[in-house]
Amino acid sequence: MLTINPIRWGKQYKSLDFQEVFHFDTGEPIAKIGQVNGGMVEMDMRKAANARKALRSIPTPELIARCKRAAHLFEHETLPLGDGQQTVDEFIHQQSASTGLPEHMCRNNMQKNCFVLSNIDTILDALTRGLALDIFSKGYGEEGRNVTVSYQCQTPVLGAVLPNNSPGVHTLWLPAVPLQVGLVLKPGSQEPWTPYRMISAYIEAGIPAEAFCLYPGGHDVGSTIMNKCSRSMIFGSAHTVEQYSGNPRVQAHGPGFSKILIGDDVVDHWEDYLDLMVESVLSNSGRSCINCSGIWASRHTKAIGEALAARMGAIEILPPTDPKAALAAFTNPQMAKGTFAMVQQDLAEAGVTDMTASFGERLVERERSAYLRPMVVTADSPQRGVAMKEYMFPFVSVVQCSQKDMIKSIGPTLVGTALTADEAWIDDLTNATHIDRLNIGPMPTSRLNWLQPHEGNLIDFLFRSRAYQIVPMRVPQTVG
Amino acid sequence: MTASSPAWLATTEQIATAKQSLDQHAYESVQWHFHDSTGSPFWLEKKKELKFDPLKEVKVFDDLKKFPEFEDEWLRGGPINRWIPKGLLGKPTYVFETGGTTGIPKSRMVIDDFRIDYELFSHTLPDEYFPKGSNWLMLGPSGPRRLRLAIEHLCQYRGGICFCIDLDPRWVVKLIKKGWMEHLEEYKRHCIDQAITILTANHDIKCMFTTPKLLESLAAGLAEKDTSIQEIGITGIFSGGTEFTPQWTRFCVEELLGGPAEESGVYMTPTYGNTLMGLACSRPVILEEDYTIAYYAPQPRAVVEVVDFDDHTKVVGYGETGRVKLYTMTKEFFVPGFLERDEGEREMPYTKYPWDGVSGVRPYRAFASSTTVGVY
Repeated sequence: MLTINPIRWGKQYKSLDFQEVFHFDTGEPIAKIGQVNGGMVEMDMRKAANARKALRSIPTPELIARCKRAAHLFEHETLPLGDGQQTVDEFIHQQSASTGLPEHMCRNNMQKNCFVLSNIDTILDALTRGLALDIFSKGYGEEGRNVTVSYQCQTPVLGAVLPNNSPGVHTLWLPAVPLQVGLVLKPGSQEPWTPYRMISAYIEAGIPAEAFCLYPGGHDVGSTIMNKCSRSMIFGSAHTVEQYSGNPRVQAHGPGFSKILIGDDVVDHWEDYLDLMVESVLSNSGRSCINCSGIWASRHTKAIGEALAARMGAIEILPPTDPKAALAAFTNPQMAKGTFAMVQQDLAEAGVTDMTASFGERLVERERSAYLRPMVVTADSPQRGVAMKEYMFPFVSVVQCSQKDMIKSIGPTLVGTALTADEAWIDDLTNATHIDRLNIGPMPTSRLNWLQPHEGNLIDFLFRSRAYQIVPMRVPQTVG
Repeated sequence: MTASSPAWLATTEQIATAKQSLDQHAYESVQWHFHDSTGSPFWLEKKKELKFDPLKEVKVFDDLKKFPEFEDEWLRGGPINRWIPKGLLGKPTYVFETGGTTGIPKSRMVIDDFRIDYELFSHTLPDEYFPKGSNWLMLGPSGPRRLRLAIEHLCQYRGGICFCIDLDPRWVVKLIKKGWMEHLEEYKRHCIDQAITILTANHDIKCMFTTPKLLESLAAGLAEKDTSIQEIGITGIFSGGTEFTPQWTRFCVEELLGGPAEESGVYMTPTYGNTLMGLACSRPVILEEDYTIAYYAPQPRAVVEVVDFDDHTKVVGYGETGRVKLYTMTKEFFVPGFLERDEGEREMPYTKYPWDGVSGVRPYRAFASSTTVGVY
């Protein structure tokens, strides 16, 4: 069995504490992962400055070239992992086995990560609005209009407490490396695969190993990373996001409550957008924050719900190796049962109808895992509790709401796809501060353009724009 | 001893002598606690419910298994005086509490036990690292707990003066439950700052008690000031209060203390105990045994067993996993078998402590997810 060790500034640490990772369906052990404690992280963070120093010793264009090489290695080559090696197929199989995601979805997530890293120069160009990257390396430079600009790096390392269930989110921390900021990562206990393989690819591609820490461990490891890194990301629940709200040191990522909003000008032609709706709800088995959890329209909501249920309600559970598998397993069956119980509470409210009720059982329990098959519910008003819900499986509520009340009723929305050509409404949507990513037109919520910032611009998070004035200095020569 | 037996294994003779002493002690304890002239109101009342006569039918330690399991809930609420044995009435009496973040804490009546327990423990400490006459720092929970008085007595018994910094674990648990992590960090810093101030004030402090979490924080706080536990002159650390793992101990020895005692000059001994029993000492924790931490109760005053998860009267085989069961038999307090909230592996008798021990102590699996551990 593979043994994966913590990495402390590029060096493997052979811990005496291990946590085993098991195949969700067969119960077969896949790997044992060495654990660290918060105190170790705290002691290591005293050397964090060395990470940025090592990265700054390599010019940014060269770092970008190595990142692109890392992308290739990540996607195509066998790489060192713990006390062994890992092929691409092993990576896919292991990730699927511990997260419950079908293998083809794991492959898609891998390609998404690779796309970001392969196009890192273009993405950085977009995020920096075209500034020369040596400004971020040196801390100041010439903007090009005879104006000096300064971007001061706020941290030598970016900390991240990574999620268990969603291998797609790793795109968010990847750009730190070419920005010469080290990485201190706590991998999710079920999904150590992507961070480990990515760091392995970075190191194999020639990025200094001392820029990286990987700390599998308990809650104290996560809280120490958050405390000791001047900038960190965390992935968690709505409560986690609320806990760090307004904290400039932390970028908190939680549920997305992403939505499709149908304008009155196109709602009578809703059938034209059915494919878009299904893709938004179903892709990645509904696990992402960018999956659509609400479709809002002023009329035809019953018909929309019926049509969506007809498309998704009959979807069956297929083995994770099946390229047609659309549903991910809950590796913890209790979580599926708990989620289903919450949905039952939602359905008990008057005005809420389960459109998938006639398509068979939704909760399917297996010996070691469980599945929730897609659910479509309608709500006759935004006041219904279900209108504000998001679950970790393909679940969508079709909410009836007048266009004039829609923006003020939808609540926080990570991705809002507005199906409309109504200029006045588009203007209102553009000004709605509770919508983060806004798609105007027929764009599935789950399709991201990586040239756009996601939940805040990483540059603004890691760097601070400040005044920097230079006056030539004459230094008198010392008479020897 | 066979060729594969560890060198530390107790001899058959040592084990037999210890067993004889335990049987005698168990008999005498029951006679004391259940005799109308010496027993406590609590046990004399309980005697009426028993289906056997403890005065006649408890002759050896194993006879204690006739008693129903001790329920720690009996310790919540008063009157506390019902626990005082008649034979000890009139002596200055303490109450020590455990738990109590919410609701009524468990209270244990104590007269001299904490002093006796810590004096016995003192004799297990190596003088090389815990020099007689040196001063101590007690960095941990005081308040209604036993620790402060016990550590102070240990220090005085060894001829030193004890400095004390308090940490209130009930407040720490509340901070965690409220999610006030910034307050938690500030409170920890507040304690560590006080400790560093005392340690750098020329008081010739060479020994200390602290919890694993606070030791970590102290080392980090000293590192921020470009110094270390080793540099500041600490040579002996007695630690306990929360869970120790071999990995944490290794990290502590290698990275907080500067290496094994023979190289760094700093010795740390993990302990296991609570207000109900005395202090269980560990076998030396060394790299060669993968930092295995095996505890041995201070027999015959207290006994630790590792019992079957389903049949609590059955001890598991050596090396096997089971629930930790405690017995306490002092003049002041009688616990004929209490199921701890921990599990572990049964360990073979050690030459210094020729009776069973327990290693790998961790929260009992059925409670693990609902228990807040390691808070201070």
